Amino acid sequence: MFDLVGKTALVTGASGGIGAAIARALHDAGATVALSGTREAPLEALAAELGERTHVLPCNLSDAEAVEALPKRAIEAMGSLDILVNNAGITRDNLFMRMSDEEWGQVLEVNLTSTMRLCRGSLRGMMKARWGRIVNISSVVGATGNPGQGNYAASKAGMVGMSKSLAYEVASRGITVNCVAPGFIETAMTEKLTDDQKGKILGQIPAGRMGTPEEIAAAVLYLASPEAAYVTGTTLHVNGGMAML
Amino acid sequence: MSDIAERVKKIVVEHLSVEEDKVTENASFIDDLGADSLDTVELVMAFEEEFGIEIPDDAAETIQTFGDAVKFIKEAQ
Repeated sequence: MFDLVGKTALVTGASGGIGAAIARALHDAGATVALSGTREAPLEALAAELGERTHVLPCNLSDAEAVEALPKRAIEAMGSLDILVNNAGITRDNLFMRMSDEEWGQVLEVNLTSTMRLCRGSLRGMMKARWGRIVNISSVVGATGNPGQGNYAASKAGMVGMSKSLAYEVASRGITVNCVAPGFIETAMTEKLTDDQKGKILGQIPAGRMGTPEEIAAAVLYLASPEAAYVTGTTLHVNGGMAML
Repeated sequence: MSDIAERVKKIVVEHLSVEEDKVTENASFIDDLGADSLDTVELVMAFEEEFGIEIPDDAAETIQTFGDAVKFIKEAQ
């Protein structure tokens, strides 16, 4: 099950907790992985840990030209690009009434627009191969909303609508496009929360705990696998029951 | 029929799974040969590869028929 030997994957945000776990899971399943992110040191460290079949491709996702070039670099490095995981994301939280155009724009640019550009740049090879897997990492807050995260929630909800539209277009070519929507996961992003905030969040999670990056990676691995060929346009919620959608 | 036309016809026949005699000068990919819009994108990709040319999106939109494709490729080469 879930054998990715001979497949090639690009994971953005691989310098973060969830991205690293995704890259590890795909690599463990036999895939060759290209690790992308803004910070090169953690990417190199992850590549060293994984060993063979890894490539480090640093990229600033707020730089449109660099984003356009990333799928090409991945194909040059690996010979093809079968699996694209758009995991990179940023937050610029603020109350809606105080949110600046800049805070709004940065989050939409990195989380949504770069995802669109990377999907667009990866499709040609997938269409020709008649096989492709795109997994976009959304968020539970894209479905539920979250105070202080109007920009982030919009970007993550936008990803879902975009993925469904693309899924329609390319389904007949053997390409699936899905989202994984994590709930609260133990990462640097959620570490910033105060104990009080964490306590409140845990009270809303039936499972009574935060999720792990590995639990997100397992969902991505499934959607990236040959076994998930008939699953497209869906969002797989991995949130401990926090929102049953 | 020119060599270019033969090569274009071969791509169209293979990609759209149509009879060769249906691929006439004025045959529209979408209206006559059953292509959907994504097929036309793929045909353009296949032409680019076969002939080693770049077909920009605005030019691709003008390629509606077999004849359009042959004409464009002849001029691009």
